[in-house]
Amino acid sequence: MQRLPQPDAGITPEPIRPGIDVQINGEAFRHTGDPQMPLLWYLRDVLRLTGCKYACDRGECGACSVLLDGTLARACTLPMQELQGRSITTVEGLAQADGTLHPLQQAWIDEDAILCGYCQPGMLIAAADLLARKSDPSDDDIDGMKNLCRCGSHPRVRAAIRRAAAGMKGARK
Amino acid sequence: MTRAHDASRRRFLKVLGSAGGALIVGVQTRAFADVADELVGDVLLTLNPYVRIEPDGTVVIGARDPEVGQGIRTAEARIIAEELDADWPRVVVLPMALGAEDGNGEPRWTFGHQEARGSTGIPAAWNDLRSVGATARELLVRAAAQRLGVGARTLRTQLGRVIAADGRSLDYGQLATAASQLPPANAAPALKSPEAFRLIGQDAGDADARDIVTGRQRHAIDQMPGDALVAVIARCPYPGGALKALDAADARALKGVAQVLTIPPPDPAALLGIRPLAAGVAVLAEDTWTALRGRDLLKIEWRAGAAAHGDDALAAQLDARFEQAPTTPVRNDGDYDQARKLAHRAAQARYRIATVAHAELEPPNCIAQVASDHALVIAPLQNPRGALDVVQRLTGLRPSQVEIRLPRGGGGMGRTLDNDHVAEAVMLAKAAKKPVKLMWTRADAFAHDAYRPFAVHDLAAGLDRKNRITAWRQRIASTSRLAGRGEPRERWWLSEAHPDDLPAGLIDNYRLDWFALDSSLPRGNWRAGSHGINAFATQVFLDEIAVATKQDPLQLRLDLLGEPRALPYRGHGGPVLDTGRLAEVLKLAADAIGWKKKRNDGHGLGLAFHFTYGGYVAHALEVSMQGARLVMHKAVIAADLGRVINPLGARAALTGATLDGLSTALGLRITLKDGCVAQRDFKDYPLATMAQLPREVQVILVPSQEKPTGAYEMGLPGAAPALANAVFAATTVRVRSLPILPELMRLL
Repeated sequence: MQRLPQPDAGITPEPIRPGIDVQINGEAFRHTGDPQMPLLWYLRDVLRLTGCKYACDRGECGACSVLLDGTLARACTLPMQELQGRSITTVEGLAQADGTLHPLQQAWIDEDAILCGYCQPGMLIAAADLLARKSDPSDDDIDGMKNLCRCGSHPRVRAAIRRAAAGMKGARK
Repeated sequence: MTRAHDASRRRFLKVLGSAGGALIVGVQTRAFADVADELVGDVLLTLNPYVRIEPDGTVVIGARDPEVGQGIRTAEARIIAEELDADWPRVVVLPMALGAEDGNGEPRWTFGHQEARGSTGIPAAWNDLRSVGATARELLVRAAAQRLGVGARTLRTQLGRVIAADGRSLDYGQLATAASQLPPANAAPALKSPEAFRLIGQDAGDADARDIVTGRQRHAIDQMPGDALVAVIARCPYPGGALKALDAADARALKGVAQVLTIPPPDPAALLGIRPLAAGVAVLAEDTWTALRGRDLLKIEWRAGAAAHGDDALAAQLDARFEQAPTTPVRNDGDYDQARKLAHRAAQARYRIATVAHAELEPPNCIAQVASDHALVIAPLQNPRGALDVVQRLTGLRPSQVEIRLPRGGGGMGRTLDNDHVAEAVMLAKAAKKPVKLMWTRADAFAHDAYRPFAVHDLAAGLDRKNRITAWRQRIASTSRLAGRGEPRERWWLSEAHPDDLPAGLIDNYRLDWFALDSSLPRGNWRAGSHGINAFATQVFLDEIAVATKQDPLQLRLDLLGEPRALPYRGHGGPVLDTGRLAEVLKLAADAIGWKKKRNDGHGLGLAFHFTYGGYVAHALEVSMQGARLVMHKAVIAADLGRVINPLGARAALTGATLDGLSTALGLRITLKDGCVAQRDFKDYPLATMAQLPREVQVILVPSQEKPTGAYEMGLPGAAPALANAVFAATTVRVRSLPILPELMRLL
């Protein structure tokens, strides 16, 4: 085995900086910046995980939806200082590592639930949260989704959730 | 016309080979070589030519119009792929940048139509883009004829292959390099006859769908040059106001803040975009969060500008305003006054439509990079030519020195027809001498929108003994979107009234007058323009007449439309309006909602129709009150849009516009408080959620061989009046103002 070259004795390695350790889509990251920075801007500006969209700053629109330890949360209202040791899933983490899409992602494509596409990553995360709680959601359950969309993708989003739920049910049998 | 157009276009189409052996068909531009297709990692972000066929058989199609959710790029690629006989699963669709070269004092638009306005993309693409696919196909067939040693006429193409009569076949990829070395044909290539279409008229999902659901799609807001500073601007909240005092010491002291710059007060004499920029103070920082914190630390005093009037203040002026002469008598057929005097009965009502904002989900943002000989702009843009004009005026650069990229926009709905975000970003990049990424927050977007203006329609009609409408007067009062843009006052009505909109031409004594109202609140383009306002008044008033005279609202409309015939229509969507096509969609919508069925479940049905930009659309809605809650059960949209390129996309567009229209009609309005816009977030401006919108939406597309129209705006105008009419049917409460919910709660 090849030996790695030893660092020059004159170089003092930088000490490991203290920070906030988070798991994002299964990978470990350490945030060393402003602890008050919302997760939204950490994902978008630092990690460039831009599937988490900015559309408001008050958790009202759902475009920045993420799963926080498996539960629906809005990244714009989550300061990094509250996330030590927590695990986050963004839309980039929905598919399997080999690229196989989550049944919801495939259903979104099959139903063409796209339009401008800006709110859809947040819609997908909210739908993933819904299906995790209710494998066969009723229309009333789907109505509980508060994500905003100005393009009017709602009926196709509803159809995509129903399609994914049916497919996942079939897969479980 | 089309043939000549294609022939002239053909001269611009160029054929080239790339170093990698690809066949490239496009228009000649300064950067027309494969090196110009920017490679970022292994992802092509922008394509210059229209078609690029790789030796591996991949067909890359460039789509020229800005995509903002209307499905234009998928539809344009389908048009090219159709004539090319491409194998759709092997097609990759990429956005094209703005094509502009130095012309004779003006830019020369190398790619033709490049804007998202008035649903014009599809009609233009239908004229221009079929020959692109046909040109590439003809070259591939000729290359195959040489390779196989047979006549080109004996060959046919299918799914990305050239097939010989004897069964031998070659993939386009195998032919790309040889085809790229052939001289172009002398004559324009023949276009397919519609019976041969395999893709046009068939459903296609959005070409970007996979990137969107995996979070890989890069809207403009998701891009960021490595060395750029993020800018946010504290803008003067008073329309037309100015900066009075600034203390930026705390902001400058914040770690990560690079610069604090001021944006001068607006100069109405030198408009950039469609309305004056707001005065402001910009904080430039290393990331968005730091810029936002820095902005919070600014200590600013503002000076108010000319008074901005909210809806209530404008409404208070109306009675006096209508006593005065109209600003513009738009249309005057027959003798309204006389006919009204002779009428057996009369009807009158006044409708009020609130000021609304865009609230597109992707807030305005813009990346700008300015050097002495080059500028780059990346932004959500519906009007990239206007953006180039803004850049040129701020930098003095020539069109060929300016690169304007058109990533997918997160909605638009008219907001990014204005280029204020581009002007701000370019000014900042110039002053900062660094690339800048300008971000608007949601609160910024509400406070500094290009609002759809407030309007009041005062309607009066006279009816004869058989309850036929013999006289109609429509008086529109609004704050024109053209005021304050250097347009003379006598042209202001153009953005507010359509002289040939029905029922003009159907009623002998018809008068349409426009009255100017004044306000400094900035106005702009909003999906479907004033059609979205005017259809509400007209279609609700027709319903009121039907109810007052105990006529069936469907039959009254059909009687009014009369025999199928073409009426002259001078506006966008003309030159004629076919009453028969409108009657047809109205009947289809009524049938689908069960109009004739007797009901005893307390549900109410409402109808409306409107002709918008060449599209014939009717809406039918079913609603009920469940306690104090208005429930929309079902919406039907019947549309005749001519030949439909992509029915799946057209259904999405019509459904989307309808739900957008319903959401806006339900509860959205912009109000002023102390001279500033009061709404700051979605709590104040509640876009309808899943639970409020109809669960069932049915779209009926009328099969047609007529020339294609767009689809994106036609579904909006009829939605609000159909809702108001359905609410009346369910409650006997007549709502005459938008938004509906607050008014309904007041009246119930």
